[in-house]
Amino acid sequence: MKQSGAVGRFATLRLLAQRFAFVSLVVAAVALMIVGKADVLLVERTRTLVADALAPVLDVMSRPAASIAEVVDSVRELASLRAENVRLRAENARLMHWQTVARRLEAETSVLHDQLNVIPDPDPSFVTARVIGDVGSAFGHSMLLGAGNRDGVRKGLAVLSGEVLVGHVAEVGERSSRLLLLTDINARIPVMLEASRTRAILAGDNRERPKLNYLAGAPVAAGDRVVTSSSGAAFPPGIPIGVVGSVTDGIIRVEPFVRRHELEFVTVVDYGLGGILPFDKPPVPERRRRGAPVAAAAGAEN
Amino acid sequence: MKPSVWVRLDAWVRHLVPFGVTLVLLLLTAVPTHLPGFGAVAPMLPLMGVYYWAIYRPDLLPAWAAFLIGLLYDVIAGTPLGAVALVLLLVQGVAASQRKFFLGKSFIVTWWAFGLLAGGATGLTWVLVTVLNGRAADAGPVIFEYLLMLALFPLMTWTLARTQMAFLKDV
Repeated sequence: MKQSGAVGRFATLRLLAQRFAFVSLVVAAVALMIVGKADVLLVERTRTLVADALAPVLDVMSRPAASIAEVVDSVRELASLRAENVRLRAENARLMHWQTVARRLEAETSVLHDQLNVIPDPDPSFVTARVIGDVGSAFGHSMLLGAGNRDGVRKGLAVLSGEVLVGHVAEVGERSSRLLLLTDINARIPVMLEASRTRAILAGDNRERPKLNYLAGAPVAAGDRVVTSSSGAAFPPGIPIGVVGSVTDGIIRVEPFVRRHELEFVTVVDYGLGGILPFDKPPVPERRRRGAPVAAAAGAEN
Repeated sequence: MKPSVWVRLDAWVRHLVPFGVTLVLLLLTAVPTHLPGFGAVAPMLPLMGVYYWAIYRPDLLPAWAAFLIGLLYDVIAGTPLGAVALVLLLVQGVAASQRKFFLGKSFIVTWWAFGLLAGGATGLTWVLVTVLNGRAADAGPVIFEYLLMLALFPLMTWTLARTQMAFLKDV
């Protein structure tokens, strides 16, 4: 009887300990969220450290997936070979026409550049990185890249696939980095309509097609090309992003050129500009002593 | 009679299986699938793992393990640190506290309960992410992800049950 009492007490204690552990874990999670809001740098460093540690595992796991996707793709291509061929012939004919136009314009531009003594843009440096992690999630659109600080990746740099913009680098670790896609809810990119040069901000909202905000006046129609603008000195102007897909009830949605599921390698490009960096908080103003007159404080500064 | 070192080692390794499997599910979520449209709505596989083990072997996937897996998810997926950790922790807590209700019930009941719990978890994640980002995320993909998770549940449970039978039948 005595023994069972002891066992019962032990069980109660254990239950209490479990409850306590659970509650403290809940508190820890909430604390982490608050710390993440307050001290972005610390959380970011922790995040990149863990991501760096996981990078080799993710890298190995992403390789067979890429191979399988390749095989599936080639089978699918085989099925539509004829139709694809017809389409490509038509496109080729059209592009030949554009090539002639482009050659003529290139010659014209170079003559104009010579006459105006235009200083050419510096050649951008770039690294090509492999996509090693893509947690498909409805809560955020980002990818892990297998290149980091040691490869020359810096925060804010533009990420391209071929000629089109994919997003920008949001976090950088030693050997991995996080690519924030332009469809992510936190992505804001200065853009313009290519034809009318009207500026706007491309704002992601975790949908496949991001929104075009703060468009200054100018009429916009489906099919207009959207490219980066030089606002904020983040990216050089003219990197293609997509076309206006739909205009309904004043909400303009852009169909990006980039196909997320096809991304296997991306190019991280350093144009020597600032890139997209999160807005820095202004420094905290020095606290004045209570009761001290404002004029005296201003005088002390001088 | 005291079991030999090898027997104890064997049991110990087997006891790591639930945590290991859930970790693999997490890494599996992170593998680029290259499927069109899938990238935006891929189901949260670790959530299913945590739910399953919380019901059938809560001793082997305790609350701290669910917390850890959620934290790793936050790191890999780029969601605000602590958000999914809290969600998985609560899923583990609720499922483990109601496990007596599930044991011996039919699969449909488990599925239905998963629907409720995963709905709550998805909703809570949405609220947390929205509050922490300061911007309302679009609900469309979130609902789709939830439905995908419901549809995948039978297959997932079958796989996990097979794993449990193979490794944890008598330990």
